[in-house]
Amino acid sequence: MNSNKSTECNIICRLWEKLKKPSLRYSLGALLTVGFVAGIIFWGGFNTAMEMTNTEDFCISCHEMKDNVYEEYKQTIHYSNRTGVRATCPDCHVPKEWQHKIVRKIQASNELLHKALGTIDTREKFEAKRLKLAGNVWTAMKKTDSRECRNCHDFEFMDFGTQGRRAIRQHSTALDEGKTCIDCHKGIAHELPDMHSIDPTGVIGSN
Amino acid sequence: MINKLSIIASITLGVLAVTTSLQSHSAEIESLRGASELDRTSSAPEHKRYAKDGRPIARDYVQQPPLIPHKIDNYRINLKSNKCMSCHSWKNYREAGATKISQTHFEDRDKHVLANVSARRYFCTQCHVPQVNAPALVENEFEPITAISGE
Repeated sequence: MNSNKSTECNIICRLWEKLKKPSLRYSLGALLTVGFVAGIIFWGGFNTAMEMTNTEDFCISCHEMKDNVYEEYKQTIHYSNRTGVRATCPDCHVPKEWQHKIVRKIQASNELLHKALGTIDTREKFEAKRLKLAGNVWTAMKKTDSRECRNCHDFEFMDFGTQGRRAIRQHSTALDEGKTCIDCHKGIAHELPDMHSIDPTGVIGSN
Repeated sequence: MINKLSIIASITLGVLAVTTSLQSHSAEIESLRGASELDRTSSAPEHKRYAKDGRPIARDYVQQPPLIPHKIDNYRINLKSNKCMSCHSWKNYREAGATKISQTHFEDRDKHVLANVSARRYFCTQCHVPQVNAPALVENEFEPITAISGE
């Protein structure tokens, strides 16, 4: 019966049989040490590689990003401002906390697929897709209560007294109404898509 | 021969007269920037900043497009979006606490009333402009009419 089973066993099954058995050759200490060191190297390597994908240089290594959204962002306050603080792509588009970051990174594999398919490889294709792409980001930000904005901008830390009349009014009521940053601050770092479907009263040509 | 000489002489005199008059003129001409030499870099004027936020600015004459009492840096107005309308449209002005755009903005040039803002009134900054606190470039004695000033 037993010998019969081992002949049926394929390569994965045989490896499993081997892994199940206790080691007779190596001491537990040696196994633990090797495992520990290998763990550090693998984990460190994984994290380093992931952080490498978290830089502006990496983001704009694709022309889709470099020629469209990056060029637009360079005209905005998050790129250049009076205090010299800059928010780069990952500051807004990648969560800081590990558990959210890893989810976002897995979602990004879809972006790799579309890079390969050339879904937005020209300005025209990008413009045609802009409403959907921007909508994805707006939905995500709405869902997370604009988490990435709040890494720097927090209602709790805001001094309404130093803001303008309009800002005081909007920010103090927004706080009560449970609004989130992206509800009003759309299109601050990139150009807006055609806003007909969002607010037809605000765009020319809609009736 | 005499004729020829006189022609040459008059041409030379004419050229001389033109060049001297040009020279004397270039010394007198002063541009709006002041009398700075063209090959020198003139000092930059003080950078004027738009007021952050203020109350509505009173009009000076009846047909004046109201001035913008706040900054409009990076407010885009194009065929895809119009940032001004996110507060000043009839749909949004109440919530935003803004002034709504005038009824006249819904008419085409033949006075036909449209359902949305007219193309000729769409580009707000063609008529409405923000203000900096700066002395007037040209002196004037303009006084608003009684209907506005109340005097």
